[in-house]
Amino acid sequence: MPRQTTPGQDLTRGIWRENPVLIQMLGLCPALAVTNTVVNSIAMGLATFFVLLCSSILVSTFRKLIPSEVRISTYILIIATFVTIADMTLEAVVPEVHKALGAFIALIVVNCMILGRQEAFASKNTVPRAIIDAVGTGIGFIIALLMMGSIREILGYGTFLGFPIFGSNYEPWIVFILPPGGFFTIGFILLALNWWERRKLERARAGEPPAGAAVERAA
Amino acid sequence: MGDLAWIFISAMVVNNFTLAYFLGLCPFMGVSGKIYTALRMGAANIFVLTVASVCAWFLDTFVLPYAPFLKLISFILVIASAVQITEMTIKKLSPALFRALGIYLPLITTNCAILFMAWVQANRGYSFLQGLAFAWGAGAGLTLALVLMASIREDLEFVKLPAIARGNAIVFIIAGILSLAFMGFAGLFTS
Repeated sequence: MPRQTTPGQDLTRGIWRENPVLIQMLGLCPALAVTNTVVNSIAMGLATFFVLLCSSILVSTFRKLIPSEVRISTYILIIATFVTIADMTLEAVVPEVHKALGAFIALIVVNCMILGRQEAFASKNTVPRAIIDAVGTGIGFIIALLMMGSIREILGYGTFLGFPIFGSNYEPWIVFILPPGGFFTIGFILLALNWWERRKLERARAGEPPAGAAVERAA
Repeated sequence: MGDLAWIFISAMVVNNFTLAYFLGLCPFMGVSGKIYTALRMGAANIFVLTVASVCAWFLDTFVLPYAPFLKLISFILVIASAVQITEMTIKKLSPALFRALGIYLPLITTNCAILFMAWVQANRGYSFLQGLAFAWGAGAGLTLALVLMASIREDLEFVKLPAIARGNAIVFIIAGILSLAFMGFAGLFTS
């Protein structure tokens, strides 16, 4: 299947239609755990982007040399190396963000999205295509994190990137920066996406009587 | 003894790995359909956590002082091997369970809960016993969350849901409510 896609499709596929977090449900741990502010989301997104891009390049370069029996371990080792680099870089450059993200930087290693891209794409395609795919998926991941981060920071702190946007009368909705807020935010984003998809389907089917009511009442 | 119990309870309910730290979400979404598989998945996780905790403690005490930059790489290798051993054991002892767990068994390798446990254990400088208490607490917490979710989802099958909420959306919202409930444990230890 990957052979029939054009480079443009490789790029855009990961950004929206097969968005790693919102559609494929990969890389959920960081997407929920560190998105309580926009700054943290951006830092996490960029770190993951860096690791994904570098590992894709390396895996794709050595795809003919890696024996298939030990490929997963090899990918994990490659990813772990780049995560170590990202971890040390963040600690040196932006220590306060590094502190806020905590162990979740190390956990980029076990982000199934990265391993998934190596196994599904980089190990089967040439370096330029692997780069394009990694960029697309990485941007999709950043977009998903930014969506989560913006919703949670705006509702939970009443600020965006630290600037207050509701004025002084706003009572922050604390639950959104606490763990339950992460679950609720992604739950509601998925609800909205489902609703959007169904509406598109209904429109495509316009003319036919709606097969099965679109919204059944909850018992 | 007191601090061991504290570490255990804290990792199990107050800072529940799944509901407070969002760790192990893939199996949480994937194998929480039935209580039977959820329980066994939890047991497999506890086993891997135990092995990983022991190995991580040895690495951290005897090897890593000489090569701190190898921490992440050595931990992930240890975890991958521990998962491999678990997989072979389960396949040998219970082929039915092996099939039920499916892809989620090898995926324990990329279960962030295991790596997080090893990482935090090393960062907090836990002793051998404290590490074990932490690993078991974490495992008990994962199992608790999995089983709670599975029992809710078993009942959910008989409920008429709005079409847009079917699938993952409702599971996340339920997880949010569970997580809210678990926040009630915060402040259990005030000393």
